[in-house]
Amino acid sequence: MTTPLELDINLLELSGVAKRFGGLSALSDISLHIRRGEIYGLIGPNGAGKTTLFNILTGLYQADSGRFTFNNMEYSGRCKPHVLAQAGIARTFQNIRLFANMTALENVMVGRHLRTSSGIWGALTRNATARAEEHAIVQHARALLSYVGIDRPHQTLAKNLSYGEQRRLEIARALATDPKLLALDEPAAGMNATETENLKELLLSIRASGITVLLIEHDVKFILGLCDRVAVLDYGKKIAEDVPEKIRCDPAVITAYLGTEPIIPAQAGIQS
Amino acid sequence: MRNALKHLSSKGKRGAWIAFVMLAIVLLALPFFTEELFGRGWVRIMDFALLYIMLALGLNIVVGYAGLLDLGYIAFFAVGAYCYALLGSPQLGLHLPFWIILPLGALLACLFGVLLGAPTLRLRGDYLAIVTLGFGEIIRIFLNNLNAPINITNGPQGISMIDPIRFGEFSLGNTHELLGLTFPSVHLHYYLFLFFTLLVIFISLRLEDSRIGRAWMAIREDEVAAEAMGINTRNIKLLAFAMGATFGGLAGGLFAGFQGFVSPESFGLTESISVLCMVVLGGMGNINGVLLGSMLLVVLPEALRHGSGPAQQLLFGKTLIDPESLRMLLFGLALITVMLWRPAGLWPSNQRRRELVAENDAAQL
Repeated sequence: MTTPLELDINLLELSGVAKRFGGLSALSDISLHIRRGEIYGLIGPNGAGKTTLFNILTGLYQADSGRFTFNNMEYSGRCKPHVLAQAGIARTFQNIRLFANMTALENVMVGRHLRTSSGIWGALTRNATARAEEHAIVQHARALLSYVGIDRPHQTLAKNLSYGEQRRLEIARALATDPKLLALDEPAAGMNATETENLKELLLSIRASGITVLLIEHDVKFILGLCDRVAVLDYGKKIAEDVPEKIRCDPAVITAYLGTEPIIPAQAGIQS
Repeated sequence: MRNALKHLSSKGKRGAWIAFVMLAIVLLALPFFTEELFGRGWVRIMDFALLYIMLALGLNIVVGYAGLLDLGYIAFFAVGAYCYALLGSPQLGLHLPFWIILPLGALLACLFGVLLGAPTLRLRGDYLAIVTLGFGEIIRIFLNNLNAPINITNGPQGISMIDPIRFGEFSLGNTHELLGLTFPSVHLHYYLFLFFTLLVIFISLRLEDSRIGRAWMAIREDEVAAEAMGINTRNIKLLAFAMGATFGGLAGGLFAGFQGFVSPESFGLTESISVLCMVVLGGMGNINGVLLGSMLLVVLPEALRHGSGPAQQLLFGKTLIDPESLRMLLFGLALITVMLWRPAGLWPSNQRRRELVAENDAAQL
């Protein structure tokens, strides 16, 4: 084990990461670093490569080239999702992927899978170790459910939860894997103002508990108001990476989002 | 209040005990009643029903829990049966005792499960179904043709004169007198199969509500999400295949010892399909449903075979349609009806179990 002093300030580092799908260059030469304990945002117009990058970080895709280090370990080669989950990257999905026919509680309990160990023998004999472990899993899962604010009976099937609750259940399930980095793919998509506000508080509290957060969002206002640092992708390239205040007035970002001609507020008013 | 609750729970417990003892008595007395009412042939049908229950519960782990469609499941049954037949018959001149061959057959089937699973479990859905179907056929064709150049399986003729299941001098092949009761061979096999069926049910129940069981269900629900949550999907799926195959092999060994004869004919695709039918018809992933499905699918065709002839006599005064053909017609009709009315199976899986556990936990706190 490395002591905290030896630990790099950067939890995750990418350098020169590229990914092609046939002739389409989805990502080219992406380099970025995420510091421990920050909320890092990733924004960009549709098709900019945000989710592709996300899938590389979580092992769903393999990068064609580039270096990928996480928590001082190299994961550049072929890495399966469960290996990266083991390393401490947990994710949610853009289009919710819960275990629909399992209960809310069971969904979170599945998240504990990789931090527990009882196997067939434990399941058959239900010895003291297995029972204690099972009990701990249930307790942990319950605690997480109330932490993310799902106050419905924990036996409700995941598919019967409301949309906002399903989003939060996905976060609870990801938190159950004891992640170092929590990667959220558009967590606020489709949420109303109150739900978004609650989510914001939840994310701040997750950061306060020492977990680094990576966030993809379309809602620029949400992300600029929440993140410590933000990277902007456009056509598979990183066009900016800075604190939100700087991103807001970065000319390249404005161009990517609004087009080349600077819009004069008065004119915009007349046009609309 | 607390006392009242305590009283209630102890009463509940006593009720459960009474139900348990009654069920045990019924299960133990069943072969005698059946023989009395319907004749000995039906006790034999019950023996087969128990074998099919074991098979269906094994397949339920693969299809019901882990959601992997396996169309060649009967191959594991064949492996268990031929393992028993080869090691306990004049075919190779080996006569190993029952308690060695049976676990060996189950183990060998488990090994075959891993062998099949390792290269194929990267496939999903339909593709996996096709590959397993091929595997089932390969095993059957091998058994059919392994009589030359060296005669191992005796080809299409099959292996006969298989040793009956024996515990020391106590052979299940003979009739025994015990405690003033006469136990014919089919009755003895019934008790043995009942024991193994209960064992398989117990194992299934324990696995269902465990870390491994949850991982299987997570894979069934969403494989991508399961893997992202840190489940090593390849290993966990392999485990499901191995467990299912083990049950198949066990049932196969018992089948060979009971039947005294095995041939490749018993292990065709239709058998795989009918075991799959039992699982799907009863309710995938639910042990009660699978039990119900297997019993129905064994008993119903037999009842139709015995019942449709006399029924026609009664209605029309003569036999209009051959009972054999009519039986399959009615059987197919019944299947379609069930699938239309209850697409999730007769007894679909639900989540009551977890609810009960949660209540107990809450009571402890």
